[in-house]
Amino acid sequence: MEYETIAAISTPMGEGAIAIVRLSGSEAVEIADKLYKGSKPLENVDSHTIHYGHLIDPDTNELAEEVMVSVMRGPRTFTREDIVEINCHGGLVSVNRVLELVLRSGARLAEPGEFTKRAFLNGRIDLSQAEGVIDLIRAKTDRAMNVALNQMEGRLSSLISTLRRQLLETVAHVEVNIDYPEYDAEEMTQELLTNQLKEVEEEIRRILVTARQGKILREGLSTVIVGRPNVGKSSLLNSLVHENKAIVTDVPGTTRDVIEEYVNVRGVPLRLVDTAGIRETEDLVERIGVERSRERLKQADLILLVLNYNDELTHEDEQLFKAVEGMDVIVIVNKTDLEEKLDIEKVKQLANEHPVITTSLKNEQGVDELEQSISELFFEGAVESQDLTYVSNSRHIALLEQSRKTLADALSAIEAGMPVDMVQIDITRTWELLGEIIGDTVSESLIDQLFSQFCLGK
Amino acid sequence: MGYKADSYDVIVVGAGHAGVEAGLASARMGAKTLMLTLNLDSVAFMPCNPSVGGPAKGIVVREIDALGGEMARNIDKTHIQMRMLNTGKGPAVRALRAQADKVFYQSEMKKTLEEQDNLTLLQGMVEKLVVEDGVCTGVETKTGAQYEAKSVILTTGTFLRGRIILGDLSYESGPNNMQPSVNLSYHLQELGFDMVRFKTGTPPRVNNKSIDYSKTEIQPGDEKPRAFSYETTEFITDQLPCWLTYTGEETHKLINDNLHRSPMYSGMIEGTGPRYCPSIEDKIVRFNDKPRHQIFLEPEGRNTKEVYVQGLSTSLPEDLQRKILKTVPGLENVEMMRAGYAIEYDAIVPTQLWPSLETKTVKNLFTAGQLNGTSGYEEAAGQGIMAGINAARNAQDREPVILDRSQAYIGVLIDDLVTKGTNEPYRLLTSRAEYRLLLRHDNADLRLTEIGHEIGMIKEDRYSRFTAKKQLIEKEIKRLESVVIKPTEEVNEVLSNYGTDLKEAAHAANLIKRPEVSYEAIKQLTPADEEIPEDVAEQVEIQIKYKGYITKSLQQVERMKKMDEKKIPEDIDYAAINGLANEAKQKLHEVRPLSIGQASRVSGVNPADISILLVYIEQGKIAKIAK
Repeated sequence: MEYETIAAISTPMGEGAIAIVRLSGSEAVEIADKLYKGSKPLENVDSHTIHYGHLIDPDTNELAEEVMVSVMRGPRTFTREDIVEINCHGGLVSVNRVLELVLRSGARLAEPGEFTKRAFLNGRIDLSQAEGVIDLIRAKTDRAMNVALNQMEGRLSSLISTLRRQLLETVAHVEVNIDYPEYDAEEMTQELLTNQLKEVEEEIRRILVTARQGKILREGLSTVIVGRPNVGKSSLLNSLVHENKAIVTDVPGTTRDVIEEYVNVRGVPLRLVDTAGIRETEDLVERIGVERSRERLKQADLILLVLNYNDELTHEDEQLFKAVEGMDVIVIVNKTDLEEKLDIEKVKQLANEHPVITTSLKNEQGVDELEQSISELFFEGAVESQDLTYVSNSRHIALLEQSRKTLADALSAIEAGMPVDMVQIDITRTWELLGEIIGDTVSESLIDQLFSQFCLGK
Repeated sequence: MGYKADSYDVIVVGAGHAGVEAGLASARMGAKTLMLTLNLDSVAFMPCNPSVGGPAKGIVVREIDALGGEMARNIDKTHIQMRMLNTGKGPAVRALRAQADKVFYQSEMKKTLEEQDNLTLLQGMVEKLVVEDGVCTGVETKTGAQYEAKSVILTTGTFLRGRIILGDLSYESGPNNMQPSVNLSYHLQELGFDMVRFKTGTPPRVNNKSIDYSKTEIQPGDEKPRAFSYETTEFITDQLPCWLTYTGEETHKLINDNLHRSPMYSGMIEGTGPRYCPSIEDKIVRFNDKPRHQIFLEPEGRNTKEVYVQGLSTSLPEDLQRKILKTVPGLENVEMMRAGYAIEYDAIVPTQLWPSLETKTVKNLFTAGQLNGTSGYEEAAGQGIMAGINAARNAQDREPVILDRSQAYIGVLIDDLVTKGTNEPYRLLTSRAEYRLLLRHDNADLRLTEIGHEIGMIKEDRYSRFTAKKQLIEKEIKRLESVVIKPTEEVNEVLSNYGTDLKEAAHAANLIKRPEVSYEAIKQLTPADEEIPEDVAEQVEIQIKYKGYITKSLQQVERMKKMDEKKIPEDIDYAAINGLANEAKQKLHEVRPLSIGQASRVSGVNPADISILLVYIEQGKIAKIAK
C-alpha cells in the first residue's frame, strides 16, 4: 500500500488565486509527464525546481490547464518520496479537473491523512506527531463516511447500485456455470454476456457524460431561502446569482414549484432553492405544513431565513424559526432602507447563535457580509461535509473511467474468444470499482447472490 | 482407573478424510504417530455422496497430491467413473471429478494406513484431552488408556454430540447411525472453546435392480483416461455410468402438502444448514417456480447395488421419503435401502485457530475437517494434511507451514476459516479465490511440489521427475518465444485447419495467443527437438496463451504479499490503540491476525483501521529504538 502514487488537492477548498494538486510516490513524475507539456519533460528537470507549462487531456488532446509544476525528488521531501506539485488556477472547477486528470493517469486518490502517514512511515516525522496522524485519519474517515452515507441516498448512488446489481447477477450466472457445471441453469453464452455488459457500459458512459458536464460535481450545498411573502427572497436569490458567476442555469429535474440556481459564493458551491410554495402563498404557516416544502427544508444544508425590517415580527416568522431549529441558519434582516419596525433584539434572541445579517438588497447593501458569513460557515467546518463530496466526485469520475475501461477489456476479451472465466476477471473488477464509489466492496455478497439466485445442492 | 499407555510425537483423533491425511502426513514426516478412531471399519468412510472432486474441490485433491498426501492416489485406484468438468471454459476452472467405489475407497485407504511406517492405527474413543496449563500433552480414551504426545490433532467430523433427525424422529447418533461422541464436546467447552451447532443432510439410497433406467438419461465418464495424482500411470478404463432424472409436479405437490411434517418447520432443527446443500423440501419452498429439479443416480460401487440419489437430500419422515422417491421417473417401483436424514453436530468456531490450525486456546492442539465448520471430504482432507504437517513440525520444534491465498485453494480455505470464520458449514467455491487463474488444477504440482519436497513429504525420485518437467516447460516456452513462423503456403495450410491464417511473420508464442491456435497446431509448424509430453504441452500453451491475465494476477499477488510480510507483534494490545474503531478492536482481538494482510481480511476492519494499525506498529518500533 505504500508504493502506489497518491494525489490530492492540498490547498483549502475555496476560491483562492491558485490551488495545488500534490502527487507523492515513485511514479509521481511519470504520471505528471503523461499530462504535462512544457519546454522539457519533467523527468529531465532538476529536483526542487518549478516549471511553467500546460496540462493536456490525453484522451482528447485538448489543452486542459495552464500550470506551474514543482518537481521534488525524494528523500528530501515531505513524504521522503518523489513529490510533484501542480499549481493551477484557483476555484473548484480548475483544481478538480487537474485532480481528475492525474487520477485518470494512474494516481490513486490519497486517503485522509495519507501524505502525513507516509511522511511518518518513511521516518520523516517523530513519535509525538504520529498520534496526530491517527486522530487525523480517524476524524477524516468519520466525516468521509457521513458523506458516503449522504451519497448512498443520492441519485448517483442509486444509479451505481443498480449497475452493480446488474453486474452481480451476471457474475453470479457465470459463477454458477463454473461451480455447478452440471446444474441445469441456462448457459451464459457470449452473446448474452455481451448484451448484458454493453447495457452496463452504456449506462456508465451516460453517467460519465453527465459528470463531465458537471452535473454531479455541482451537487453543491443545498441552500433554502425561506421567509414570508414580500420580505425580499427573490431579490436575495437574484442578487446572489447576479453578484456571482452562476455555474448553471438550466437544471434538469427542476420541478415546477421549485426554483434552483447554482452559484459559487467565494468558492462555496451553493444550490439555491427557493420553494415556490412558500413564496407565493398568503397563508405561510399552512404552506410550511405542505409536505414537500418541509421535505425541502429537512434536506437543506443551509437555511437563509429572511425577515422584513419594515414590519413587525409575526407569528408566522416565529413559526419559521421553529421549523428550522437545529439546522445551519443565517438570518437576514432585509429592507434596512425602510423604517425600522422590527424588534432586532427579539430576532437576535430567536436566532440564538446563528448569525444575523442586515441588508438592503434594493441598495445592494449587506450582500458582502452575507457572503462572508456563508463562506465562514462552510470553511469553519459547520457544513464542511460538502467539500468532501466535491473531492470524492473527482474520485467518482476516476473510478467510473476505470470501470468503463475494465468493462471494455471484458468486452474485447469476449470478442477475442477468451474463455468466460477470464472475462469474469474484468467483470468482477468492474463490480469492485463501482463498489468503491459507494463504499461497498464486500465479496461475500457474490456468494449470497449465487445461492439466492440459483437453487443448488445435492 | 486410567492407565499410562504409550507415548507418541503426534496423536490423530479420528480417521475420516481429515484424519487419514493428518496421520499419513505426520508419519511421513518422520513423527511417531498414533491414529485413534471410533471404529476401524469406518476409516475414510463417505457418509454422503460417493464422489471426490469437482470445481475447486478437485483442485484441492491435486494440491494434496503435490504435497505428498493420499486422497488423489486413493481415488485413482478406486473410482468407478472419472470426468473432467468445465472443459468448455478456461483452464482455471477445469476440474476433475470421480465417482468412488465407496467400500473399496475405504479398504484401500485403510491398507495404506496399516502399511505406513511410523503409524499405529487403533480403535478407541477419545473422551478427554490431557491439558496442563493450557498445553495439551495427550489424550485419554473411554477405556482409561492415557497416551502422551507432543501434538494432538482432533478430526472428529460430525460426531460431536451428533443427532440424526428425520420427521419427528430424532436421536443421538454419528453419521450413518454410528456411535456419536458426546463427552468430548462438553470437554472442549470446559477447556474454553466456543462451539456452534451446524447441520447437514443426506439423501436416501435405493437398489439398482429396482430402477427403470429407460426413463433416465445416461451420464457416462470421459473416454480419455484421467487421474488426480500427478504420479498415477495406470488408469481405470472400465467405468460405470451415472443417470439423470428429474423431480416433477407430483413430487412437488406431495412435498408441499406435507411440509408440516418436516422437522425444518417444526423447529426441531436448531443447527445452521449450508445454503449450498439444501434439502429437497428447502429447494421446493425457496424456488417454488422451478418446475423440476435434477436427480442424479450415482452407483455407490462395483460390488454393491446401492445407488445414491443425488438431489433428494431430505429430513422428511421415512414413510414420506418412500412416496417421494416413487414420484420420480425411473423410480416408480424403487426399493429404498437407507432413508435420508439431517444430522446436527457441534463444531468449533474456527477463528479460535492460528493459520497453522493449532488452537489459540490450547497449545499443541490442532483441529481439522468438519470439526472446524467446513463440509466436504476434500475440504476436510486439505485441512487434514496441513494439520498433520504442522503437528509433526510442532513436535519437531519447527516453524509451521502456512500456504497463502495465492499458493493454493487449501490456503484460501484455511485463511477464510481462521480469519473470517463461517456462519454455515463452509464449502469451497472457485469464486472464493481471488487468484483463481493461478490456482489451476493443471499446475498444482508446479505450485506445491517444491514445498512438499522441502518438508520431506515428497521423495527424491518424484522430485527429480518434477524438476525435469519444470525445466522442459521453461525451455519450450523460451524456444517458442524466439522461433519465427513465416507466412508460407505450408504454414497457412496447417493454420487453415484451425480456422486462421498468417499474413506476416510472427513469433510462435504470439501465434499461440490466438484463441483458435493450440500447441498441437504449433507443433506441426515448428516441432521441438525432443518429445514434449502432454502435460508439458498443456502448461506451455496455458502459460503463453493467458500470459496477460496471469501477469495481472501476479501483480495483485505481489501487493497482497507486501501486506502479508508486515508482521503484527504477538503481544499487541488492540484495546490500547487510540483511534481504532471499536468493532475493529474487538474483531482483531478475537482473530489476532499474524500480519497486516491477514488483518485487512478480517470482516469489520476497514482501511482506516489498517492505516492506524500500521502507524501504531511503526510507532512501537520507534519507541523501542528510543529506549
